[in-house]
Amino acid sequence: MDSARRNFLKIAGLAAAGLTLKPAGNAFGMGVIVPEPDGAANFDSAIEAKRWAMVVDTRKLNAQTRKAAVAACRKAHNLPDIKNPKHEIKWIWEAGFKNAFPDLAGPHVPPQVEREPMLVLCNHCDNPPCVRVCPTKATFKRKDGIVVMDFHRCIGCRYCMAACPYGSRSFNYVDPRLHLAQTNVDFPTRTKGVVEKCNFCAERLARGQMPACVEACRNNELIFGDLSDPNSSVNQALRQNFTLVRKPELGTQPQVYYII
Amino acid sequence: MYDKGKVITGIVIFVIVFTFPFWINAGKANIPPDPKVNPEVAGKVCVEDTAFMKANHMQLLDEWRDSVVRDGNRTYMGATGRYEMSLTNSCMGCHNNKAQFCDSCHNYVSLTPTCWNCHIESKENTNG
Amino acid sequence: MLEKALHGSKIYWAWVMALLGVIGIGFFTYLYQYSQGLGVTGLSRDVSWGFYIAQLTYLVGVAASGVMLVLPYYLHDHKTFGKLTILGEFMAVSAVLMCMMFVLVDLGQPKRMLNVILFPTPNSILFWDMFVLSGYLGLNIVIGWMVLHAENKRGELAKWVKILIYISIPWAISIHTVTAFLYSGLPGRHFWLTAILAPRFLASAFCAGPAILLLIMFVMRKVANFHVPDKAVNTLSVIITYAMILNVFFLLLEMFTAFYSNIPGHLHAFEYMFVGSHGKWAMAPWMWTSVLLGVFSLVLLIVPKWRKNPKTFVVALITLVASTWIEKGMALVVVGFIPNPLDQVTEYTPTLPELTISLGVYAVGLLVLTLLFKIALGVRAETANA
Repeated sequence: MDSARRNFLKIAGLAAAGLTLKPAGNAFGMGVIVPEPDGAANFDSAIEAKRWAMVVDTRKLNAQTRKAAVAACRKAHNLPDIKNPKHEIKWIWEAGFKNAFPDLAGPHVPPQVEREPMLVLCNHCDNPPCVRVCPTKATFKRKDGIVVMDFHRCIGCRYCMAACPYGSRSFNYVDPRLHLAQTNVDFPTRTKGVVEKCNFCAERLARGQMPACVEACRNNELIFGDLSDPNSSVNQALRQNFTLVRKPELGTQPQVYYII
Repeated sequence: MYDKGKVITGIVIFVIVFTFPFWINAGKANIPPDPKVNPEVAGKVCVEDTAFMKANHMQLLDEWRDSVVRDGNRTYMGATGRYEMSLTNSCMGCHNNKAQFCDSCHNYVSLTPTCWNCHIESKENTNG
Repeated sequence: MLEKALHGSKIYWAWVMALLGVIGIGFFTYLYQYSQGLGVTGLSRDVSWGFYIAQLTYLVGVAASGVMLVLPYYLHDHKTFGKLTILGEFMAVSAVLMCMMFVLVDLGQPKRMLNVILFPTPNSILFWDMFVLSGYLGLNIVIGWMVLHAENKRGELAKWVKILIYISIPWAISIHTVTAFLYSGLPGRHFWLTAILAPRFLASAFCAGPAILLLIMFVMRKVANFHVPDKAVNTLSVIITYAMILNVFFLLLEMFTAFYSNIPGHLHAFEYMFVGSHGKWAMAPWMWTSVLLGVFSLVLLIVPKWRKNPKTFVVALITLVASTWIEKGMALVVVGFIPNPLDQVTEYTPTLPELTISLGVYAVGLLVLTLLFKIALGVRAETANA
């Protein structure tokens, strides 16, 4: 190619690239600096805490309460009912002892522990590997300890799902609205392509309500409270009972404790 | 010019294809948008004034979603008082006819915001 | 130099057209996936990374292997690879491009991919992966182009290009190390939680990558009259042999730790791979095939008379690529998820749309490779004739 044509192409290319500078700059400016709305604050009725935690009293759970807890969560958060188990979305569900605690399972576990499933959910770890690996901070830990999903930012890379040692996360492989019989209009649905999981009902706590699963169990089967408050129900339960957490050797410091 | 025939033909085809949207729609003026607020909410006040909202409602919603989800703040001081920062509860609560209000401008400028893929459009009209 | 890609034989154009066809089909299938969601793939709640990410992992190795030609030539003045470094660099460009495309087709919300740049998160290895892959792509495009430019003008290679080449050598190692770090730092996945994952990746990359490059060069010898220098082939064959020995050795080391320690977490994945677990054994036939092909290839490589015989050498290369591809491009990623954290087994099979899209991405890579190699050969032919 002779040099006149070459130079023309070089300059044309640079000019075209230069045209993208302003829009690109706009995009970056918009994305990064989002000012705080004036006087932003939580609802007055909000319940706040320094470190939310949950205690699952498996001695008290029975088939009815377990199903009520799961159903309450699914209803409150518009979890789709997907028949294909590969695409299912679940935030809290029933799992046997040998699935919740695979390293403790063995031939000499008491029969009722072996037989009665327990409830498993996101443990809202204090040292969450899912938060460590998220490339966009779409999943992050709030000051009160709740590990939250920002569905607006999630790019659906599913790295957090690989990182979670408890299998607590679900991905929307299909449009969830296609599988919703009833919609709770007080909570959004999600869209395909984002990861989701239990959020300790942050939206209910903001309105002064206990998490849906906790409220569905009438007899303190699920105890929810502030670990930093020495008199909270969770601290009392933890002082009076020996509890297990799932996979403690991994250093994730889960905040869901199980009374066996 | 080398390959004069091919180059000129190429340029002509390019111009025809590039100006396709103009000549295919010649003579058909698109009706400008006329977003209507619902009569039953007349008298209620929006979170900010109309001129501000026309220019900035996109930025405002961006600020709201970061503040609610990431900072845990669900209310803020709007121009006329404290409001909940919620698309479904605050915005769609009054502007509850999406087709008449939101879509009339969005369709005109060929914009498809994905907000309503997740956020409920109309609390009354969901669940059949 | 670009115009060299526009003049070619009938075979060349037929090949380009065929690739464009496959790309087209892959593209429309991707539109289907984009509209329906990733549910059209074989992925599941338990196995959330599958064929796409596995191809990414394999191709990062192939991309890194370009350094196997560059390092001896530029760092140790080993002149044998002089004419071939450009091919290694262009193969790296094609491979990294495919890597990035595989990430793109795997994303649930691809429109938001810029979020990784808008909200940089240095504690996330995925952030670093994007950074090193983009950097490596840029490096190799610039280096490749400038090396070819120097050859075209029969001039000296500019000093700043040499500096970039020196940078590209550790950078190549870094892209595959960072990719290994994606897996080897995750506390919940015991199959991946091993320090030797990065060395394993590098070993399998340094045998598979040069093997693929050699096979491509043999194809070019047939269709494009390309002369493959014997000395280069011999040196590369020795490098490939040692790398494959290390690769197999590292795998055996892993298996020793798993089986001798008898720790269930470490054992389970190997059990599933070779004999199945909880009654599910879909991976086993593939793994045994990979082992047999690998051993077969290693024997053909180690015995000098077979390594030096052109016919058996090609067989060794093909079986090596097949064996490493099964192990890295199929088993590694999927088996990390089996059994799941609750000790349950969900198996994974890629679906037809998934494979079609993957084929489309491979076709893009092959097209880029074809065009770049055509330009390189064209430049060489011109400078040789004059």
